[in-house]
Amino acid sequence: MAPQQMKAVESILPGAVALALATVYLIVLLRVENQTTILILLAIGIATVVAANWLGWLTPVGRSFGEREDVLGLLSIVAAIVVAGYFHGDHFVLLLLCTVLLYTVATLGLNLQFGYAGVLNFAGASFFGIGAYTAAVLNQHTAIPHLIVLLIGGLVAALIGCLLLLPVLRTRGHYAAVVTIAFALLFKTFLEVNDVLGGPQGLQVRSMNVLGWSFNNNIGIGSLQLSFYASYFVTSLLILIGGFTLVRRLERSWIGLNLDALRLDETAARCFGLNIVRWKVTAFLLGNFLIGIAGTLQGMVVGFVQPNSYTFADSLIFVSILLLGGIGNPWGVVVATLIVVIVPEKLQAIQEYRFLLYAALVMVVLLFRPEGLLPRPVRSYFPGWRS
Amino acid sequence: MTREQVASGATVAPVLAARGLTKRFGGVTALDCLDLEVAPGEILGLIGPNGSGKTTFFNVVTGIYGPDAGNVTFGGREITNAAPQAVYHAGISRTFQRSRLSLPLSIFDNIMIGNHKRLNQSVWFNLMRRRAFKAEFAASFEEAKVLVKVFDPPLANRMLEAVAGLPMIDRRRIEICRALISRPNLLLLDEPSAGMTHDETSQLMNDILEVRGRIEGLTIIIVEHEMGVIERITDRCVVLNFGRKIAEGSFAAIAADRKVQEAYLGLR
Repeated sequence: MAPQQMKAVESILPGAVALALATVYLIVLLRVENQTTILILLAIGIATVVAANWLGWLTPVGRSFGEREDVLGLLSIVAAIVVAGYFHGDHFVLLLLCTVLLYTVATLGLNLQFGYAGVLNFAGASFFGIGAYTAAVLNQHTAIPHLIVLLIGGLVAALIGCLLLLPVLRTRGHYAAVVTIAFALLFKTFLEVNDVLGGPQGLQVRSMNVLGWSFNNNIGIGSLQLSFYASYFVTSLLILIGGFTLVRRLERSWIGLNLDALRLDETAARCFGLNIVRWKVTAFLLGNFLIGIAGTLQGMVVGFVQPNSYTFADSLIFVSILLLGGIGNPWGVVVATLIVVIVPEKLQAIQEYRFLLYAALVMVVLLFRPEGLLPRPVRSYFPGWRS
Repeated sequence: MTREQVASGATVAPVLAARGLTKRFGGVTALDCLDLEVAPGEILGLIGPNGSGKTTFFNVVTGIYGPDAGNVTFGGREITNAAPQAVYHAGISRTFQRSRLSLPLSIFDNIMIGNHKRLNQSVWFNLMRRRAFKAEFAASFEEAKVLVKVFDPPLANRMLEAVAGLPMIDRRRIEICRALISRPNLLLLDEPSAGMTHDETSQLMNDILEVRGRIEGLTIIIVEHEMGVIERITDRCVVLNFGRKIAEGSFAAIAADRKVQEAYLGLR
């Protein structure tokens, strides 16, 4: 091998090894049913990460993800497909994976708003719900192709988000947050009293249908039987890839810089020509668009929507994912969503106390690792670029 | 414009002219009917005791505050009530008395914030035309590097490091680079030497003079407490006290002025 190739392999290797280990661990964790075994597995997982961190093994992993994000991103997609492939017939696990993917997309949207532009949004679940309700209504009453419904769901969420623009632009910090909390509460009440949208019972959502191919049928390829959730998984994965790329490119551009500048020092930003309104609005709408798209597909995956699925508490889950993962780091969002969605599903004992777990988790993280599990690194516009 | 020309009183249209500029905060009159002119290429020292209105003058000129009376023109154009964004686009940039860098961002990022008007800000360009973006990025990177090299060559190799880890003098340098990268016509320096040692200040002033030589027609207004600096680099000084201009002229002239001595030392 040429030395250059050697170097390339060397920089990818730590990330690839870590990714492979994580994939195997995830498969085992998803596979095991026995509660004691799951507890032991989780303990092993935490201990391994803490030990690896202590031994400094995570530094090369972080570096290789930083330098070779292109290759490791592709490998991560492969890893996701491997996990889904392993559980190809298992409805429950595939649904869980879809939830992870779509929650990741939604939190990436939140990351645009809060992580970059500094606009707190405690109504994430509401915009998620707007997408889902859009799917319910449009799939029922119109013949709009469902892939376009996904886009419309995102647009509707962004459009309704415009209602919040004025208060968000006129207030700052905590005050803007309070406005979004009010919106989240209003939204749920509105759904509950609105009979057209099914009231408290909610609505059925027709399943997705692309070019005559219904997503509600199991897929048989020869003797291989795939769960019908496999189609949803692929669609969710594609949306995540799109969302991740969008957020990444945005961060690594002058727009990302503008958002950071106005978040960190609005006065200085204004003195260097930044149009604060333009960029805050861009980030807020784009974020809601992502949340909306994820919500639209989630509505179709689950098959029904009801006000209780999109409460203020659900918005807090999105926020806690962002805090846990590391504000501003899309990879952190991926890791944190995996933890926050999968752990309570597997550990039935704590399902009732999910919110307690989230609260405890966020507090522990803020105490011991205030920047989240994967703190955001300094921006590098083109990883590995040398002047 | 050279010192000699200033001294000989050659009249050129001023770059910046303030007339009757007044700014009140409640009962305090921070600027009181201030008239001030700066000639093209001049370095004007703005001095005066604490609270005499120097920073307020900068804040009014750059549009952070609107004046209560009076007007400001820049290159003959009215900028009296312009927003900070418009003032920047017109060609005025500044540094802040208390360093206002974005600490978690890299040196390069901080300098690029100052380069806003020369970068392509279209969403489509930034997200979709990555190749063109990369070219613009690489060119800007080189440009920023060249600028930083004037101030501190080793620093130019650390462009993608966070500013948070840098000592005060380097932060000041980067703040000045941020103000200079957009090639302004007028640079407002608000106490660039605050928090630095005597030698560091002297070094920084050399660098500023060096950069000025490279940017054609750059005019500078500098607020400074260190009189050595003022004496060395300014062509002319304006002294403020309680928002009023109490003296104007070469450093030697204002240093000998009785009113100035009274304002600074309380002599009677």
